[in-house]
Amino acid sequence: MADLGLAPFQILAAFLFASGVACFVTKRNAIGLLMGVELVLNAANLNLVAAARFVPGLRIEGQAFAVMVIVLAAAEAAVALAIFLNFYNNHASVDADAADDLKG
Amino acid sequence: MSLPVILFSIVAAVTAFGALGVVLSRSVVRAAVWLLFALIGVAVMYFLLGAEFLGAAQLIVYVGGTLVLMVFGVMITNQGPFAGLRTKSAEWIVGGTLAAALFAALATFSLKAAAVPATGDDALPSAGPLGAAFLGVPDERGTAFLLPFEIVSIHLLVVLVAAAYLARAKRRVNAEVPPHG
Repeated sequence: MADLGLAPFQILAAFLFASGVACFVTKRNAIGLLMGVELVLNAANLNLVAAARFVPGLRIEGQAFAVMVIVLAAAEAAVALAIFLNFYNNHASVDADAADDLKG
Repeated sequence: MSLPVILFSIVAAVTAFGALGVVLSRSVVRAAVWLLFALIGVAVMYFLLGAEFLGAAQLIVYVGGTLVLMVFGVMITNQGPFAGLRTKSAEWIVGGTLAAALFAALATFSLKAAAVPATGDDALPSAGPLGAAFLGVPDERGTAFLLPFEIVSIHLLVVLVAAAYLARAKRRVNAEVPPHG
């Protein structure tokens, strides 16, 4: 593990993050956007756990923060899906471009 | 090449391929399957890093919970079996450029940071010390996470109540109906 180091994990996390950003920029389906957010959160989590392994001062903090991110991501997914269901009930679509009711 | 390097390469390839599949597939159902591969890849990464508890939590919460929730969302909201919404090509260009720029910047930064060698490479604390830290028992450096743990718990409770309230089946209340009895 020592010959691997922190950088490969960070680069993989950067790739996941960039994929997540591309996902919620290009997808029009609201649930697709949610998948992009999950990818971004996973990228942050991978960074935290890799830092916990390779940075001496973060031995337990990295893991603790990662657990919290997992819990918050689950909460976020639940409430976002509830909002999308409501939106679907009102508009009969999950097209994110159709959600412009607040436009003046 | 040592075994960790080989394992890392394989799992990283699977994870990155899954993430790419999520972005490129037009059908949401297929994107969910690609997301499954990416999430399992990240869980295996946690196992590789020695964080067994986190790997298990990732598998249980993400793969077993969040992804199933999403598939249910797709099931409820999709009109046709593979009805995907088309993305305009201008949006592909903007999104691709943004993602490529972000990836280039982040990769450059992490390679620069890697020039400073990371010193610590011990096994991570297992679930026992982690749980003790969450329960407020300070470790040898005095870190404990009782307050964040409580905040996250209350947050999860409130959010789940709110989600159940938002997603409930709506029945129109008819004021004209006379009360029973």
